[in-house]
Formats: sequence, structure tokens, C-alpha cells
Amino acid sequence: MAEHLLEVRDLSVEFHTAAGTVKAVQDVSWHLDRGETLAILGESGSGKSVSASAIMNLIDMPPGRITSGTILFNGRDMLAMSAEERRAINGARIAMIFQDPLAHLNPVYTVGWQITEMMTTHGAPREEARTRALDLMKRVGIPRPELAMNKYPFQFSGGQRQRLMIAMALACKPDILIADEPTTALDVTVQAQVLELLGELQDETGMGLLLITHDLGVVAEIADRVVVMNSGCIVESGNAAEVYRNPQHPYTKKLIDAAPGKGEMPDEQERKGEPLLSAIGLHKTYGAFHALKGVDIAIMPGETVAVVGESGSGKSTLARAILRLDDPNSGQVLYRGRDLLAMSPRELFGLRRDLQMVFQDPTQSLNPRMTVFQLISEAWAIHPGILPRARWKERVAELLVKVGLKPDMAARYPHQFSGGQRQRIAIARALAMEPKLIVCDEAVSALDVSIQAQVIALLDGLRREFGLSYLFIAHDLPVVRDFADRVVVMKDGEIVEEGPVRQIFDAPAHPYTRALLAASLDPDPEIQAARRAARNLEEGLEIA
Amino acid sequence: MKSFISKRALASGVSLIGLVVLVFFLSRLTGDPTDLYLPLDASTEMRDQFRQMHGFNDPLIVQFGRYVADLARLDFGQSLRQARPAMDVVLEAFGWTFWLAVITMSCVTLAAIVIGSLAAFRVGGIFDRIATFFSLIGAAAPDFWLAIVAIVIFAVKLHWLPTSGTGTPWHWILPVSVLFIRPFGLILQVVRGSMIGVLSSAYVKTARAKGVRTPVIIFVHGLRNAMLPVITVIGDQAAAILNGAVVVETVFGFPGIGKLMIDSILLRDFAVVLAVIMVSALAIFIMNLLIDLAYALLDPRIRY
Repeated sequence: MAEHLLEVRDLSVEFHTAAGTVKAVQDVSWHLDRGETLAILGESGSGKSVSASAIMNLIDMPPGRITSGTILFNGRDMLAMSAEERRAINGARIAMIFQDPLAHLNPVYTVGWQITEMMTTHGAPREEARTRALDLMKRVGIPRPELAMNKYPFQFSGGQRQRLMIAMALACKPDILIADEPTTALDVTVQAQVLELLGELQDETGMGLLLITHDLGVVAEIADRVVVMNSGCIVESGNAAEVYRNPQHPYTKKLIDAAPGKGEMPDEQERKGEPLLSAIGLHKTYGAFHALKGVDIAIMPGETVAVVGESGSGKSTLARAILRLDDPNSGQVLYRGRDLLAMSPRELFGLRRDLQMVFQDPTQSLNPRMTVFQLISEAWAIHPGILPRARWKERVAELLVKVGLKPDMAARYPHQFSGGQRQRIAIARALAMEPKLIVCDEAVSALDVSIQAQVIALLDGLRREFGLSYLFIAHDLPVVRDFADRVVVMKDGEIVEEGPVRQIFDAPAHPYTRALLAASLDPDPEIQAARRAARNLEEGLEIA
Repeated sequence: MKSFISKRALASGVSLIGLVVLVFFLSRLTGDPTDLYLPLDASTEMRDQFRQMHGFNDPLIVQFGRYVADLARLDFGQSLRQARPAMDVVLEAFGWTFWLAVITMSCVTLAAIVIGSLAAFRVGGIFDRIATFFSLIGAAAPDFWLAIVAIVIFAVKLHWLPTSGTGTPWHWILPVSVLFIRPFGLILQVVRGSMIGVLSSAYVKTARAKGVRTPVIIFVHGLRNAMLPVITVIGDQAAAILNGAVVVETVFGFPGIGKLMIDSILLRDFAVVLAVIMVSALAIFIMNLLIDLAYALLDPRIRY
């Protein structure tokens, strides 16, 4: 058997918890060669990160235990090495970058210190390390490296922080870079830049790249081969394009089918009559930061309006301003012709039940010490007159069935549910008020694609059944394409483009909308390859 | 930064004024000190003369006005008991307490940080269990009892150390040791808890992936982050000693501010009581300022 740069053979890892033994991965085998990119694709809980943690010796033992397998790096079994030998490999020969660069950079040391430390830890003299850190920062595109050296992680943007992580990881010219969801926390346009940078650096250094991701689009963009994992086992592996075109395992098929952005877009609806809710000239400032610069938006009855934009665009501020969770500085929010901003607290209270919200993270938006019954029925206690107490139990059961859960789950607490189920509970809670409008702030972003598809289908069904309107705040364009009637594109607190979904996706007018759509990754490797080729050609022409 | 300090100084000044007013009138409620200072058989004339001399015959508001007027000239009044300026008496005692606090808290901080950090590194390990066991006992032990037991064992039985007073370095050992135990137990627990959180953080994972050596991970990457909540508790405990380690100073006959306070209250030495309160209030104000500055020093995200 030919020797691979890195080979994992029959690796099994289990974790001993109070609830029993969890087999995180079972008999996992894969290999990585110099200069190639292998993606490990899986949803949360699939065990996709576990083999990388085992390689980096990051599994805490106990509670973790490696029960079988070998990890061969240049033919030597890492699991048989001493702790000191493994420490010398970490960073120097195999480096790793992570999902959330803000959390993964030490907040109290300068980035220059942190990059330099990577080299001094592995024996480089301090002065030499400093010079190389400057070169690296320049290479990954950090402006003014001399100044940036002395800044702290919080002083950079999300994309810059990930570039700094990459600079740090590559400081010792490692043979392998492991990237664990490197672009998941980033905006789409930034994601595209970071993936491009990774590709370039790989070409320059010939390192092997191990990419751990849940995103088919990321796989399509940079992976040569893919390993698909589900419940701790590899269900399928092979050439990335091959696997996408011709998936063998039912799970892979399901995953590919669940990828959003392939459905029929609705035809344009005629918008006539009074809007259900409209905002006029909303302004909101936080100190010197102008979050909303005069935003106008209208939602018709039964309509789904999506607001898309990148972080800092003001889309969440807009949602909060419309519901008066944060009072805007000026402007009007008209609900059926009455200005919410001018209402007294008492009047507003009466209207609250018509306007509900579903938040991004159901783990945080559901009180962990309340049962599902209490969470859903609380609204009726706050707004007496909607439902007599005697009927609460029955209605909670109905609502749970409506969102695809079981009536007997009412007695449980949020932690006993999965992320997708929790978001269903949050939706049931919103529905309890029989609202006219639900504001969904990134309501499906934290969910796995297969769950995401189910929740979107649920929201869509409820819209038909109750004639609900949605204000759907999202950064994920394919999801918006599947679900929205109208799309509003925001940038820096302003609306740059607005129109029916078909118009925005098929004929975007504003350059920013076009940039967003171009940066959004398609799950099909062939489409991504074609786009890359087109991009390179464009760049070539520019240079010529 | 400057505006932060002056704002804080202003706020503290206002509360200090309130405190002085409150203490001035409340202490007068305890009665007239005359009877405590003159012999039992002193004549009424002598008593009147004493009152006249110290102004205790005037209406309270007049006495207060005089006190404030003196204060404006930085005259804090005379100690009845020692017949010298109250502030001299207080500053002398404060010096003793200051060094007691500095020595004790330095030992506590060093020991709690090292032991707490190591305990946090292997949670549930044998070292952690021993450290936690003793720190909990320490945090719970009443200091007057410890002080007396320490005197019985080390001074009375073994004759290793003096029972009380000052004079040689040996005199410091028992008061410092007794004062050490409770803050040590408390701060060790805070260090340990804070460090456990920090060591499971994402940036420590990054450091491990970088191949950083374990001691560097704990004491460079971890400690500076873990110190933030610890500093607050250190300051709080140091302030408690500065404010007068009343029990320990009394048991060991240590001439610090705590003992001075108790003696002055018992003997209605009003000028000294007020001076003690002003000095310890100032010390606590400076202490809190130092804590805030230490925060900014440790964490670049905090700027005033």
C-alpha cells in the first residue's frame, strides 16, 4: 500500500457521559495526500470533527477514549507517540483553524504576539519570527501589518480574524492544514475570499488541506474528494463531483436534496390594497453608529418579505425596530394604518399578540426552566381573553401537532429536544397568539440543512393555512429564494434593492446584490468549477 | 482615563461627605465622653470645665459647624484619649494595618493563583481534591478561633512565636497566617472556577493545536484571562483587612487601625473615629481605582 501523508485507519472514539457511552466515531478510515483537499461533510452530531480532534490530540481523556485505530502521519502512528512528540507536530507539521476566530484567538494578547508565538514555540528566534509574522500578515491580506501586529483580536473584522488565524496556522509551513468549518461564521462575500485565499496558499505550499464542513457549497468550491459522515460512520466517500452527481447512499441523497435554492420561485403577486405593516423612514443610531438610515418597507397580508444582507447591514435592527423591541430614533411603523411608535404602552400591549417573533437560537430564546406547556401557554396568561384556562392543555397539544411534534412532549423541558425541535417549539409559541405577522430573525440559520428544509416547509404550510405574513431576516440566499415572495437587500443600514424574488435572483440590478449572488456557493461542484474558471478568466483579462 | 478618575473621585467625595455627617451625629448619640475620662469622684465643676474645654456644651449643630470649619483647614481635631492630633494617631495605626494587608494579600494572591490554577488543570484529580478540601475549610474557619488556637499552640505551648504585640519579624507571623487563611480559601476557589472556564475555552484549544507547552498554556494563555474575576475578590478582601482586621488585631494586640477603631468607639474618642473612617474610606477608594486600572491593564477590551 502506498504511503499517504496522513492516514486514519479504523478509528473509533467514544465519550463516557452521565447519560451513558456515546460512540462519537466508529471505524472511520480516510487518507489525505500532499496538495489535495479532502472534505469531511456531515451535519451536527455526525462526528465529522472528532477524527481531526484525535489527530491534534485535542480529545479530553477522560471523558473521551480512543478504542481502536491508528493515525499514520508520514507512516508513523501518532497514537503511539509520546505527548512531547505530538506537541512538536501540532502547529509545526499539522496546523488547525476553527469556525469562530474571535473565540479561538486569545482576547488579551496582540495578534502579532500570537502569530509569533506559533514560531517561537517551535524553536524559531523571536526576531526572525516577527519578520515572518509581518510577511504572513501581508500575504493573507491584512492592511498595514506593522500596525496590525500590535492590535488585539477584537479590533479586526470577522474575515480579517480568520485571515489572521490562517496566517498563524501557516507560520511554520505545515504539511497539513485542518480547517474546521472555517467560513461558517462569515458573511458570504467574506467566505468566498477566505476560501480563495486557502486555495491559493495550498497551491503555493503544496500542503494537504482537510476541510470539515456541513456546507455542500463549500465542498463544491474547494474539495477534491469528500467523505460523508452520519452518526459517527462514513456512509460514502469519493471524488467530490462524482459523489454530488451520483450519490450512492440514501443519506447522501437526502443531504443533496435538502440543499436549498432549487425550488420554483413564486410568480410576482400583484400588491394592491392596504399593507399589513409598513415602515417609513426608520432611523436608528447606537452612539455614533448609524444602524438604520431611513428604511422603508411594506408587507402585504399573506406575504413573505425577506430582508437579506451581511452582518452589520442593519437587518436585525430593522426587525427589532418594527416590533418596538428597540425604539427607532425616528420614522413610522404603521400596522393597519396605526403608528406603533406613537402608541402608548397599553395600546401597544393589545397589538403585541398580532406581531410575533421567532429568534435565531432556540436554545437561548426558550427559558430552560419552563416546560413546553408553560412556554406556549404563557402567552395566554399574559394576554387574558384569548383562551380560557380550561382549554390551554388541549390547545397546546393541537399546536404541537401542528408544528410536527407530539402532544405528550408538552411536559418536557427545552434541553430534552434537538435544535430543530426547539425551533418548532418557538414557532408553536409564536402561533399560540394567533398572530398576523411573524418576524423570523435568522430563524433557520442555526439548523442543519435537512432540518432547515423541514422548518421552512412548516412555515410555508402555516402561511397557507392561516394566511400569515412573514418578515424573514436571513443571510442565506438559497433559503430566501425558496421561501420569499419579495426580497429586500440591505447594506450599511440602507435598502439597496427591492423586488419580487424572481426579479432579484434572475435579474439583480444593484452591484451589491450581484456580488452577494455571485459569492453564494452552489452545491454542484461542476457549477462552482465553471464559476471559478470564469472568475480566473476575468482576472486574467484584467491583468492583460 | 483622567475623566474616569475624576468622575470616580467626585462620586466617592460625595459619599464620603455623607458618611462623615452620618458618623458625626450617630456617634454623638452614644453620649457624652466626659464621664469616661474624668475620675469617678470628679466634681461637677470639673466636669463642666471639661465639657466647656472640648465644646460638648454647645448645640450639636454648632459642634458640627466647628468640626467642618476645622476640616477645611485639614485639622481633624484632637484625640481625647491621647491628647494629640487625631490624624497623627490614625496614620500611625494605618501604617501598621497597611503593611499587614500588603504582606497578607501578597502571600494569599501568589499561593491561591498557583494552587488554584494547578487544581483547575486536572479537575477532580487528587491535587484538586486536596486543594478544594483545605480551601473550603479555610474559607469557613472563624478567625477569632483560629487566632486563639494559634496563640495556644505556637506561643503558649511551643514557645516558637510571641503571643502578641510588635517589634520583631516574628511578631508578624501569627497575625499574617491567621488573616491569610480565609481569603486564601475564597480566592483559591475563585481562581479555580475561573480557570476551569478559561481552560475549556476556544483559545486554549487553539493554543493546544499550536503545540504550546502546558505551563505556558496555563500561566500565559489562561491566567491573564482568568484573573479578571479574581482581581475583584482580591481587592474586596484587601479592603476588608484595610478597613480593620478588628478581631485579629485585637486578639494579637496589633496596633493597627481595627484595634484603634474599637478602642476609640469604646472611649467615645469622636475625632479619632471620624479620622479612621475618612482614612479607610480613602484607602478603599484608591483600592477600587487600582482594581479598575488593573482590569484595563489585563484586558485590552476594557478602556475608560
